[in-house]
Amino acid sequence: MAAVQDGQLNLEVEKDIKTEITNDGSGNINANSSSPGSTSSGGKSKSPAGSGEDQQTLLAVLQFLKRNKLTESVDILRREAGLSADADDSPVSESAGAGSGGVPSVGADGGDANSLLSRVSIATPVAPPATAPPKVVAASGGEDQPDVNVVLSAYSQQGDPVLYPLYYNGLKKFIESVLDCHRAELSQVFYPLFVHMYLELVYNNHENEAKQFFEKFSGDQECYYEEDLRILSSMSKKEHMKGNETMLDFRTSKFVLRISRDSYQVSCLGKPEMSRSLWQLTITYRMLSYQLLKRHLQERQNNQIWNIIQEHLYIDIFDGMPRSKSQIDAMSGSLAGEGKRDANKAKVFYGLLKEPEIEVPLDDEDEEAENEEGKPKKKKPKKDSMGSKSKKQDPNAPQQTRIPLPELKDSDKLDKIMNMKEATKKIRLGPDNLPSICFYSFLNAYQGLTAVDFTDDSSLIAGGFADSTVRVWSVTPKKLRRVKSAADLSNIDKESDDVLERIMDEKTASESKILYGHSGPVYGISFSPDRNYLLSSSEDGTVRLWSLQTFTCLVGYKGHNYPVWDTQFSPYGYYFISGGHDRVARLWATDHYQPLRMFAGHLADITCTLFHPNSNYVATGSADRTIRLWDVLTGNCVRILTGHKGPIHSLAFSPNGKFMASGATDGRVLLWDVGHGLMVGELKGHTDTIYALKFSRDGEILASGSMDNTVKLWDTLKAFDDVELDDFTAATGHIHLPENSQELLLGTYMTKSTPVIHLHFTRRNLLLAAGAYNP
Amino acid sequence: AVSMEERRFAEVPRESVKLMAESAGVELSDDVAALLAEDVCYRLREATQSSSQFMRHAKRRKLTVEDFNRALRWSNVEAIAGYGAQDALPFRPIKEGELFFVDDRDVNLVELALATNIPKGCAETMVRVNVSYLDGKGNLEPQGTVPSAVQTLSEDLLKYYQQITRAILGEDPHLMKVALLDLQSNSKIAALLPYFVYVISGVKSVSHDLEQLNRLLHMVKSLVQNPYLYLGSYVRSLVSSVMYCILEPLAASINPLNDHWTLRDYAALLLSHIFWTHGDLVSGLYHQILLSLQKVLSDPVRPLCSHYGAVVGLHALGWKAVERVLYPHLPAYWANLQAVLDDYSVSNAQVKADGHKVYGAILVAVERLLKMKALSLSQPGPGGAGTPWDDWTPVPLPAMYCELYSFFGDSLAVRFSTGPSLGGCPLSAPSQPPDTRKEPPGPAANPDTTRKMPQLTANLNISPRQDGSPRTEPAPPSLARRNSSSRPGQRSAGPSRDVFTKARFPPPQTGPPTFSFLIGGRQMGRRCQGRRFQTSFSSPPPLSTVPPRAYAHKLPVIGRVGKPVRRWTCSHYSLHLPL
Repeated sequence: MAAVQDGQLNLEVEKDIKTEITNDGSGNINANSSSPGSTSSGGKSKSPAGSGEDQQTLLAVLQFLKRNKLTESVDILRREAGLSADADDSPVSESAGAGSGGVPSVGADGGDANSLLSRVSIATPVAPPATAPPKVVAASGGEDQPDVNVVLSAYSQQGDPVLYPLYYNGLKKFIESVLDCHRAELSQVFYPLFVHMYLELVYNNHENEAKQFFEKFSGDQECYYEEDLRILSSMSKKEHMKGNETMLDFRTSKFVLRISRDSYQVSCLGKPEMSRSLWQLTITYRMLSYQLLKRHLQERQNNQIWNIIQEHLYIDIFDGMPRSKSQIDAMSGSLAGEGKRDANKAKVFYGLLKEPEIEVPLDDEDEEAENEEGKPKKKKPKKDSMGSKSKKQDPNAPQQTRIPLPELKDSDKLDKIMNMKEATKKIRLGPDNLPSICFYSFLNAYQGLTAVDFTDDSSLIAGGFADSTVRVWSVTPKKLRRVKSAADLSNIDKESDDVLERIMDEKTASESKILYGHSGPVYGISFSPDRNYLLSSSEDGTVRLWSLQTFTCLVGYKGHNYPVWDTQFSPYGYYFISGGHDRVARLWATDHYQPLRMFAGHLADITCTLFHPNSNYVATGSADRTIRLWDVLTGNCVRILTGHKGPIHSLAFSPNGKFMASGATDGRVLLWDVGHGLMVGELKGHTDTIYALKFSRDGEILASGSMDNTVKLWDTLKAFDDVELDDFTAATGHIHLPENSQELLLGTYMTKSTPVIHLHFTRRNLLLAAGAYNP
Repeated sequence: AVSMEERRFAEVPRESVKLMAESAGVELSDDVAALLAEDVCYRLREATQSSSQFMRHAKRRKLTVEDFNRALRWSNVEAIAGYGAQDALPFRPIKEGELFFVDDRDVNLVELALATNIPKGCAETMVRVNVSYLDGKGNLEPQGTVPSAVQTLSEDLLKYYQQITRAILGEDPHLMKVALLDLQSNSKIAALLPYFVYVISGVKSVSHDLEQLNRLLHMVKSLVQNPYLYLGSYVRSLVSSVMYCILEPLAASINPLNDHWTLRDYAALLLSHIFWTHGDLVSGLYHQILLSLQKVLSDPVRPLCSHYGAVVGLHALGWKAVERVLYPHLPAYWANLQAVLDDYSVSNAQVKADGHKVYGAILVAVERLLKMKALSLSQPGPGGAGTPWDDWTPVPLPAMYCELYSFFGDSLAVRFSTGPSLGGCPLSAPSQPPDTRKEPPGPAANPDTTRKMPQLTANLNISPRQDGSPRTEPAPPSLARRNSSSRPGQRSAGPSRDVFTKARFPPPQTGPPTFSFLIGGRQMGRRCQGRRFQTSFSSPPPLSTVPPRAYAHKLPVIGRVGKPVRRWTCSHYSLHLPL
């Protein structure tokens, strides 16, 4: 890919584009509905500075482009920005030019573009009324003030550096003095405030003051911010801030806090002067007119803090009881605070698609002979159960044709039939009936095994390695064979019954095959559901599609210009998702060399990707410690799930599509209700990064595999049963998590110095685990 | 300023920067160097932070040079070459210059090219499967490792396994000896351990064949003694095999001509050996063993040979085990045993003979119990070195003696050498476990023991030198010493040796034993050069507490041996055990 070699200039372009993309907190950008479109439409929902910032950032980009003599792009951008929201071309990809590979193509369903757009605007959450008046002002302020440098440097405001600790301390004292029930909520403001004040000090070259400030107050912050604080403390110069991505996030995104209206009002009663003014300000910000606000701002001495709050924080006020400390802690920890409540309001069709009706062929003759009476009886109820499940349309399911899915081939139907047959032999799991575990150890991998995947029927296993190779093994006695060469194929009698057997080259039969092609470690691999293809994503910035018939590379998908951490096939094949260091997840179709959708919004690397079982949504986990759920059709972000305290490395959907599990470097597994967008459980027990999660075929058991060399089994049926979801909690999203991880833990199974990096349930519910033995 | 602030990160001092600049031919002022140093530090930290994500995604715990290089490359910095090796780089200081450097040795290419031993390439990456079968509750189900799985072993190991098992279970005694020796010292057979354990667990299927049982026990012994093997949880399996030989009414014992007693003795010895050397591998092993022994002992339905096994087993586990299990159980058991011994009918002859075996074994056990207990009282330190039973208050020695006396009468008294006349008799100090661990087993040396019907295991037929015993190690000092000193003639007394002699020395007081006794001796060995010690129990128990010797006088004279025991039986082992 060009960008790798292009050097500084191109990379800078990339970085700025990244900024541009990420500035939209809710990330409503996709390749079809262009970024100006979404910025302007999304802007309505945003608080004043956000919208203004968008404008300003646009200006900044313009200037940058000008400086780099990309006049054409400037023109386009100008035009687009000036145009109405209907603009249908992305300046992002245009300006990226050769680098970002993203001249967006409408893709397979290009005709839908307009309908897509209408969906976008429909899906756009309605803005909270309170934020409306300031928005206009701030936005106009942005227009009045086209000084790009000021815009880029959000921290240019000058205050007396000596006073910073005083401000902070005053606020701290005030918050410590309020009632217990409010303290927890108000304390949320500490961390973002601390970070921004520190950055302001650094930005304005008050190096020593910044250091003192850090030393004085860094101990007060929650321990799960430790990693960020470490990065923060390493920056002590203005120059450092330029390239630092973490700080870029802080500057470009708003830290979201949820505070109950109650706490809010209480906070302004009889408090020390400075703080009261602060909270009065906040109240007025919400309640009073703009003029009043402005006057307050000018009068009060502590506009330092106020400015920060206004510019970098988004305070989401809700009606209801203040939350407890543990409730807040459960939800916080992400790079940008919690998700806005209205970010999770969109409806998600989490139900499963109707299974196509396949006539299960009458029993094979040999089976008939084997068991004359038992079989037909068994078959019938099974058919019924399958039938009833698929005939009744799940009310929560998306329309069957919501996204076009590939038609079933004959071989797929055969596979489905096999699947059904296997399913009848499935073991019913539960707390009293745990699965046996089969561990696939990779020997002699020399610390180089980076990814593993099994086919759904558990016949093949593939490993991605740090030496850029992908290796495929057959785990059944059936060896892997190549299709014969074209010359040999022409000699085959195409009419013969066993033509499929004849095309295979017996001479190439072997237990394993090695696929060469990548030029960097392979971080993610995924088999297609029909076992004909294999995807691999690599540090070299490409995703490759391999044929498992010829064992050659078919396509290299270029678009991510940075390492691609993960890729995943859709459960129906054809589509796949990839995500990586560039923070943008891309949706591809195997027959298009350019992405169909780009999902932007994460503030840090996308570390793992996963399709929803109904293929209408994709989930991405990120190093910004959030999980986002994206609608494949519209490209919108429909869920932002916060609560993890470290980068998320594994995701799993329950087979019914209703729940999701996620595992992170913090060693915790969190359970989510996809429909409500709520955290419904926390499973503690692992001591290291969780790299693998999988639900059993019926969803009763969750298996988690970790770097701590254990596989743990959890009782998810109980976990989901214990959750009480009444209307109130569903509405506010403030749930009391049951503290019952130990009851839910069904078993812990140690490996022999082998980190568990993949888990898979066979169709009969035998658990397969895989990892490399590290002596 | 640098020295003032807290050192949160590793820092490159400006001197280093200047040095590096100098080596590149540039002069730097202090200010510039300081600025540069700070920036270098920051860039290094940044690179380190971004390199850690490559480590995370490679699912490793170790940050490699390669990770760092990737981070550098992605931030458009030239990567560092030459540090890709997986091995740790030795970092060496030079004292004079306060200089640290990586040891970078010259490689002699010529030598390398002409080297004849071409290094092997890396082994092929491969996938192997292990299955953990879980039962309903999620517990791992123990899977008997089946030798049919031997195919997965390497060719050589497979061959070794076949050869060894064939040799041990085969006909050639010499081959067997070689095989056992190798098993005892081979360092490369860890992979075969499950298979050997499985073979050993076959004791149950050869319970009719004493010879095979014996061989299997020897195999256990070799495995246990192999210093390179980590037995782990296989200890449990081995113990259960050994216990089988101790306790079960083996099919071979139906024929009275079969000397299954020796086998049991040997197995008991082996058990204690395993326990003392590997008991720590399985928690609660001691208690489990004791429990199963106790169960057998308290089960009157079991044949006497099982009881015998339980007694020798307890004895082998040390006097504390005897005190804890056998002693409290004795009154109940005694009644049963008495009934057997009192039955003079012809049909009972065989059972009675077995009964005498048990009687003898108990006698030896309690005698040692008394002896060791007395010793431990006089020396609280080493005496209590056994496995502790926390919640148990021991019976005081005098009371214990009284009770035992009521069972055994004078036969106990004599063997215990009451009276001051034997004051010079040295008692053995508790032997150190390491010594006994290495003790080669008697039967290993003379597996073809021809002893037909030894009436008592406990008979003191010990004659260390003259008997032609293959052992070079001295016999347990106490016994040897006493034999040679107090009963010098006994050993060669000929056909009608009275093993359980009546007391030669009249008890200090005739009549009911109101006794006071004195234990004296030297601690160190039989040369009487050790510390002299004496324990006297001056306060005799009140008369009333002494039960009448109800059983003792009913005992017939037992234990006449038809002929002198020519060889070493294993019995002396049971008297000489580490604590």
